[in-house]
Amino acid sequence: MTDKQRDVLLSIQDLHVWFELRRFGFGHAGYVKAVDGVTFDLHFGETIAIVGESGCGKSSLMKTILGLNKPTKGKVIFENLDVGALSGEALRQYRAHIGYVQQDPFGALAPFMNVQQILEEPLLINGVKDAAERERRVRKVMEEVKLTPVDDFLHKFPHMLSGGQQQRVVIARAIILEPKLVVADEPVSMLDASVRVEILKLLRGLQEKYHMAVIYITHDLSTVRYFSERVFVMYAGNVVEKAPVNSIVHNPKHPYTAALMDATSDPDANNALTMRELPPGEPPSLVNPPPGCRFHPRCPKRIENLCEVEEPYDLQADDHLVSCWLYK
Amino acid sequence: MSKDTLLRVEDLVLHFKTQKGSVRAVDGVFFDLAHKEAVVILGESGCGKSSLAKAILRLLPRNIDKYSGKIYLEGDETMAMDDENYRQNVRWVRMSLVPQAAMNSLNPVLKVGDQVAEPMIIHHGVKKEEALIQAAKMFQHVGVPVDFLDRYAFELSGGMRQRVAIAMSLVTAPALVILDEPTSALDVLTQANIFNVLKRLKQELEVSFVLITHDIATSSELADRVAVMYAGQILEVSDAHRFFNEPLHPYSRMLMASVPRLRANTEPEFITGQPPSLLDPPKGCRFADRCPKRFAKCAEEPPVVNVDGIQVKCWLYTS
Repeated sequence: MTDKQRDVLLSIQDLHVWFELRRFGFGHAGYVKAVDGVTFDLHFGETIAIVGESGCGKSSLMKTILGLNKPTKGKVIFENLDVGALSGEALRQYRAHIGYVQQDPFGALAPFMNVQQILEEPLLINGVKDAAERERRVRKVMEEVKLTPVDDFLHKFPHMLSGGQQQRVVIARAIILEPKLVVADEPVSMLDASVRVEILKLLRGLQEKYHMAVIYITHDLSTVRYFSERVFVMYAGNVVEKAPVNSIVHNPKHPYTAALMDATSDPDANNALTMRELPPGEPPSLVNPPPGCRFHPRCPKRIENLCEVEEPYDLQADDHLVSCWLYK
Repeated sequence: MSKDTLLRVEDLVLHFKTQKGSVRAVDGVFFDLAHKEAVVILGESGCGKSSLAKAILRLLPRNIDKYSGKIYLEGDETMAMDDENYRQNVRWVRMSLVPQAAMNSLNPVLKVGDQVAEPMIIHHGVKKEEALIQAAKMFQHVGVPVDFLDRYAFELSGGMRQRVAIAMSLVTAPALVILDEPTSALDVLTQANIFNVLKRLKQELEVSFVLITHDIATSSELADRVAVMYAGQILEVSDAHRFFNEPLHPYSRMLMASVPRLRANTEPEFITGQPPSLLDPPKGCRFADRCPKRFAKCAEEPPVVNVDGIQVKCWLYTS
């Protein structure tokens, strides 16, 4: 591991992203606390996975990293740049360092542009004026994502491509500016099983080749181990567990992580013979989250008079940070 | 046909007419299903599995080019029935459907209770009060609180809405429910919850399921039998235990190998290439050009071979 790799690329410090709710258009009616105190560092060339269910705040976190939301409190620092304070031209320049792979490839590609136009656009916006240079880079990136033979694909429109090929175009667009960080929001959830693995392997290959950092956002734990070094588990706006991937897969500490693991199926005919043990209820409202640990109303291991009173903080259990009183 | 067979599909064909020609979405599908069993139709997108659901339930668009084959439901040949007879006595009475994205297709301006009661009123001609009592019973079976009868779809979470859609398919007490991707848009915990509900329903209401999905891992939660579909055809019909341990068809094997696993240290492998176009599929085996075991014979259409009770459409298993 080089020294460069140890340097922090992105630092999230006590980040809060709250959205104000209004009554009748102007009266204040509370906040949706989508991200509520998240802290972590991402190093150069590192891949992390953020795992959580819909509504846990993972997309709000991602959008804040991309500069689409402003932090309510706390900071997003990208290589000494305070992302929350950027605007205008500075924000545009910052975005060139970050690639974004959307969840739904068809929705993410303009239907009236062909592959060449789609891939040229980031170059045009970022001032690559020479058409020959643009075409050279488009061809190169298409080779990278294996949209080959390139000439067959250059003039195709998104609807003429399969789901896997569309996702390749999205990935190509994300990496054409050679970003330092790629944010991939459920990049394979819309794809078929056999294509899913292909796209994940492609992303991993590109990550290793270009030494990009990748934030992989997903709710599917089974793909995480093939892709990331560290896993962060989010629940109701908080990160409840941070650990290296093997540690989390073999030894989940937080009861919520354990529940997610238990609910994930591997193909096995015996699954049909047993009921799965699941935590009751649904994730809490982010307007009025439960006091203390946010998982306590659903937690099978709740400690009375503690979990519902005090908020757990990052407790160290081996190499593994858990926000759970069980590990005090 | 054994007495226990609930549904038997033989050589079902559904081709759509398009400007470019005939799309052979369902092209010779066969499988059968016993009472209180669940069969999983496993296939990638575009293999024709949703068209198969529509073909079984005769929910057809207008651009039909060819629709043939035999469907026996408890011994009755439903393909021979006229449309009116089928509508009154089969669809939603003996067979019903939970369509894809059902949870997003509830009517936003009707109370969910009324929507669940509606099939009872239409098909069994009962009064609304009676139908609502039945709807309340179904809510209990699928685990939705009974006071949700008076709510609207937007007041319910995704998992709850999906349960309502399942309740709607069950309210007329059909013997068979076809589930088209029932959990594809849901979170992991909600998904597992829905499968718990389905497992319980299979026991409590003695209903059979045809589960149409591309998700191999979760399909094992419900499967008694598995039918693998590829490019409009069934390539393998197998018992779930044997299928998940050792599938026979090369495509099934590669499909199983492509599943990322949480509890095993295997590296998933993808299948190179793409399924053929259904406009003009290859003459021989449709998987041949992606198959690592292909040989000269594969240029001809493979027969369906019975290997110890497993039906597999592959030349490798002919003696």
